[in-house]
Amino acid sequence: MSHALNVGIVVFPGSNCDRDVAYVTSELLQWPTQLLWHEETNLSDYDLIVLPGGFSFGDYLRCGAIARFSPIMAAVKDHAAAGKWVLGICNGFQILTEAKLLPGALVRNRDLHFICDRVHLRLEAKERPWLQAYGDKTVIRLPIAHGEGCYYADPATLAELETNRQVLFRYADAQGNVTPESNPNGSLNNIAGICNAAGNVLGMMPHPERAADPVLSHSPSDHTLDGLQLFKSLLDAAVG
Amino acid sequence: MTQFQAQVFVTLRPSVLDPAGVAVQAGIHHLGYTNVQSVRIGKLVELTLEASDRATAEAQLTHIADQLLANPVIETFRIELQELATAAG
Repeated sequence: MSHALNVGIVVFPGSNCDRDVAYVTSELLQWPTQLLWHEETNLSDYDLIVLPGGFSFGDYLRCGAIARFSPIMAAVKDHAAAGKWVLGICNGFQILTEAKLLPGALVRNRDLHFICDRVHLRLEAKERPWLQAYGDKTVIRLPIAHGEGCYYADPATLAELETNRQVLFRYADAQGNVTPESNPNGSLNNIAGICNAAGNVLGMMPHPERAADPVLSHSPSDHTLDGLQLFKSLLDAAVG
Repeated sequence: MTQFQAQVFVTLRPSVLDPAGVAVQAGIHHLGYTNVQSVRIGKLVELTLEASDRATAEAQLTHIADQLLANPVIETFRIELQELATAAG
């Protein structure tokens, strides 16, 4: 029985949250963690591959559009197809949609601003492995920092996401009400994070790695570790 | 081989909100042209390429646009192609 996950964190030119994720998995959780240059092609050693936040390839053309063609992405697709964990955070989420590992797209925020804030999220589909460590919690609070975080998908795709319970996080108020006012960027259905149908690939705009260390208390104490729980959930799922 | 100049126009699908277009429309209205009823902002990508013939160039450009220059989930594209010169030999 394993008490750790082997974590690989992909570093694209322009990634800038890679070390923050590594701090969480390596220092806080004491899991074996490796930073992987985007030209790596062998991911067989890893349980979890993280595509971190940042501005891969300068966000040129569209966010994530060029990163999708990095050599490592073929291996990420194989990793996902084998049922292993893939987590895309912020720019990583954008890359996963560009790579068609997740449906839909992330477009310019409704009000055109880059938003750097902390938002409440309602946890949906709590039967999914990613949310196992949250217990009775239904509302969490995580930082967001993005200019292109407005989730878009055509009506048929949206309906499928809802039917299959692939929406894991929705922008909400502190009580968990999903309202237009609590939607920071215009995302359809207030979507902040989705998984694939199988459930092993997750993309989310909020930054769980920025809400993981009690020293960096970003929110009232009951929300300080809301991001860490996401990572812990995977270990719970792996150990059973 | 023939050299071609291509222009690929990438635009947001009508169903996708274009907040930048809305903002520019407001500027146009402030300029005095309140008769402008909609503004949509897209991208123009210019490419120079060599191909054996026009059909080959078009097929390659369509693949490039579909796979990279545009994201079909949110965008559509249109290609214009001009022949520049035929290389000797």
